[in-house]
Amino acid sequence: MTAGTLAAVLDVDGPAAPPRSNGELVFSAPWESRAFGLALALNAGGKLEWEDFRQQLIQTISEWEREHGPDEEWSYYRCWLVALERVLDQKGLVPSEAVIERTVEFVARPEGHDHRHDDHGHHHHHGHSHDHDHGHSC
Amino acid sequence: MTFQPESSRLPIEVRTEALESILIERNLVDPKVMDTYIKMYEQDVGPLNGAKVVAKAWVDPEYKARLLEDGTGSIAEMGFKGPQGEHIVVKENSADVHNVIVCTLCSCYPWPVLGLPPTWYKDPAYRSRMVREPRSLLSEMGLDLPDDVEIRVWDSSSEVRYLVLPERPAGTENMSEEQLAGLVTRDAMVGVAKVNVPETV
Repeated sequence: MTAGTLAAVLDVDGPAAPPRSNGELVFSAPWESRAFGLALALNAGGKLEWEDFRQQLIQTISEWEREHGPDEEWSYYRCWLVALERVLDQKGLVPSEAVIERTVEFVARPEGHDHRHDDHGHHHHHGHSHDHDHGHSC
Repeated sequence: MTFQPESSRLPIEVRTEALESILIERNLVDPKVMDTYIKMYEQDVGPLNGAKVVAKAWVDPEYKARLLEDGTGSIAEMGFKGPQGEHIVVKENSADVHNVIVCTLCSCYPWPVLGLPPTWYKDPAYRSRMVREPRSLLSEMGLDLPDDVEIRVWDSSSEVRYLVLPERPAGTENMSEEQLAGLVTRDAMVGVAKVNVPETV
């Protein structure tokens, strides 16, 4: 399936325009959509078996449920990201330490850091705010 | 890792960004493919797909028979396929039987026809209570079913994704397939609501 063929059969703007999500946002923050897209793209590129990811997601969710009370704030996509990190670590694709290291590095970026000039070869066009005001440039 | 202090203290959005940058750097993720998927599920793939399937089944008995026999194939006929849609089974509601879907273990959901699941579908409370006490949970969600209606709860597994075929409401005999599709809601196709006819119709 390609996005093109799928989108082509939908009346995106016509009288029968999709209710999309019945008034509910699909993602409640940009990072959730990024986490979602990463898993889909890994699977599409043949790097990740969906069932491997799903089993890890099930385990991660059940672990969260064991360790947290019903009143604690639940985030599905947090479990999703953790499961993705775990399965990538297990498959030897990305060690967990590398993610932590890179995160620490990003957290230390100065305020007003411009994503588009970074040297990791990718381009962000999703907005998200940064409130880190210390550290070195990356 | 995981929920332990070291990484869970780090802001989740930065952690996601860090993972993305590593995956792209290592050529494990194609950023264009990633953006295409996000846009597709944010904007294009949603419950309208399922609504079109339901409306077609309501007006075309042969299609309905095929749909109940082979959900995946009949849905693909309409151009709806993709991840999480490999084995879709359609369950028909009637005056005596009401179907509802859940995924107790995670959040399996028929993406090609319903898009991504709403927040409440992924909630631990919904996932556990729909199996334990479906009648009272449905009632809390606004759907009161008579005691003599049998409730069947379908727990999605790694293979199967379910879609509920709601009952066609009375008073819609003169409506076109397209108009009917406009009545069908996501909640009705999950089984936590019925299809209603707006009073102006």
